[in-house]
Amino acid sequence: MNLFDIMGPIMVGPSSSHTAGAARIGRVARSLLGEEPREAELRLHGSFASTGKGHGTHQALIAGLLGLAPDDPRLPDSFRLAEERGLRFTFDTCTIRDAHPNSVLIRVTGKSGRTVEMGGASLGGGRVRVFEVDGMACTFSGELPTLVIHNTDQPGCVSHAAGALAQGGVNVATLQLNRGSRGGLAVMVIECDKAVPPQVVEEIRSLKAIQRVTCYIPEGQEATA
Amino acid sequence: MIDFQSIEQMLRDTEEQGLPLWENIQLSDCRQQDISREASWKKMSGLLEAMIQADESYREEDRSNSGLTGGDGGRMTRYGRQTGEDSLCGAFFSEVIAGALRMGECNACMKRIVAAPTAGACGVLPAVLLPCRRRYGLSDEALVQALYIASGFGMIIAERACIAGAEGGCQAEIGSAAAMAAPALVFLQGGAPGQMAQACAMAVKNLLGLVCDPVGGLVEVPCVKRNVIGAMDALSAAQMALAGIESRVPPDEVLDAMRWVGQSLPATLRETGQGGLAVTPFGQQYRPEGMEGA
Ligand code: SF4
Repeated sequence: MNLFDIMGPIMVGPSSSHTAGAARIGRVARSLLGEEPREAELRLHGSFASTGKGHGTHQALIAGLLGLAPDDPRLPDSFRLAEERGLRFTFDTCTIRDAHPNSVLIRVTGKSGRTVEMGGASLGGGRVRVFEVDGMACTFSGELPTLVIHNTDQPGCVSHAAGALAQGGVNVATLQLNRGSRGGLAVMVIECDKAVPPQVVEEIRSLKAIQRVTCYIPEGQEATA
Repeated sequence: MIDFQSIEQMLRDTEEQGLPLWENIQLSDCRQQDISREASWKKMSGLLEAMIQADESYREEDRSNSGLTGGDGGRMTRYGRQTGEDSLCGAFFSEVIAGALRMGECNACMKRIVAAPTAGACGVLPAVLLPCRRRYGLSDEALVQALYIASGFGMIIAERACIAGAEGGCQAEIGSAAAMAAPALVFLQGGAPGQMAQACAMAVKNLLGLVCDPVGGLVEVPCVKRNVIGAMDALSAAQMALAGIESRVPPDEVLDAMRWVGQSLPATLRETGQGGLAVTPFGQQYRPEGMEGA
């Protein structure tokens, strides 16, 4: 905690958890998709579902998908903006077992047809946590550049990814591994101290067992390489 | 985390360093975060600027999504102008009340505000700082320094007690905002650090036990108007401290009491929308279906 956690953030009201946090979750989903979103299905859980309307949670999530920051004054107008930019969306409610009360599942498809599914929770004070990517459990905060790697569960994947990062001079902050039940698919989540250069991402992709690499870059930390 | 675990320690360290309190708070945070003083100052100035802009963004005709909020800031502003010094509270206090309502309504109506320390309590600091700015012709520099003072006390409140309604009730939000604003006001009046600590303690004490019971779980009722009592609490605590009045219970012990009170509050009175005003017949009309804790 620092002074600016107490004073600030600057945000569009009314709630740091239901509005600012929701916008950040939308933004993480957009970044994971890595392109302009065209279609989004959002399912709200718990307090997001029951009090989201009064808190502008829906507008905030869409604003985030459009790339707006939590303090962007256009946030309340995001539905109109979505129409202008050709993003269609639907909202529904759901119940996610053992999830944080302020949670949402987002399935978003980009202009190339690429689709990402993500579960995000808003923890309060605008801080968020991603708890699921493409059906696999994982945990990251969205505060650090993060790689989400889907691979076939076989030896060598972790060392390959870690090696590529080391060669690219990127320090690993945290690393998680999860093996799903679905046909030996595993997911690796690597939070890094700095943005991962595109050539490093390419290098990681080069291993056959690695099926997909999604690169999340927090606002204002775009790669300098 | 800030270097200071207690108000006492913060004041002692500041005296040893021979620095103004605001500067010691700034330096300590820069060390912790590994940022430059210029970057820190720029950020804090940005927050002041955003508070001013937020106040200017107020429109009387704006309404919140629920329809519960809007118009009262405008009503109070007009009444204050019409009645001037003759009103019950006088012109200055009318301005403070109006400012708190306007900011609380801005937040509820999805305007861009500065959470201080939370969005629900965003009206307290600007409600006292901006009228002082006009009344005393304060420089932006002095106001930014006052924001450092407020955040320094806020950090210790967050460490020793809490600043989230879901954790400690509304004493943690409106109470903390008042307890941050009070020392900032003492500072702007040229008071000593010891008086700032006393103002902080008195502001906390006078709102100790305030529950968080928002109608419909929304940051509107009673939040908007509670910003008014937070601002009034800060002004009266600062005024007492400037007169040399002290809290009989030492400031750090007051913060400990705040933490205990927060822990003792039932969950129904901690932002769940399941107690207090939220469950009155009026409040029930806005009660969301199947609502869990927020
Ligand atoms: S009542 Fe609860 S939500 Fe409203 S300002 Fe107080 S702590 Fe925040």
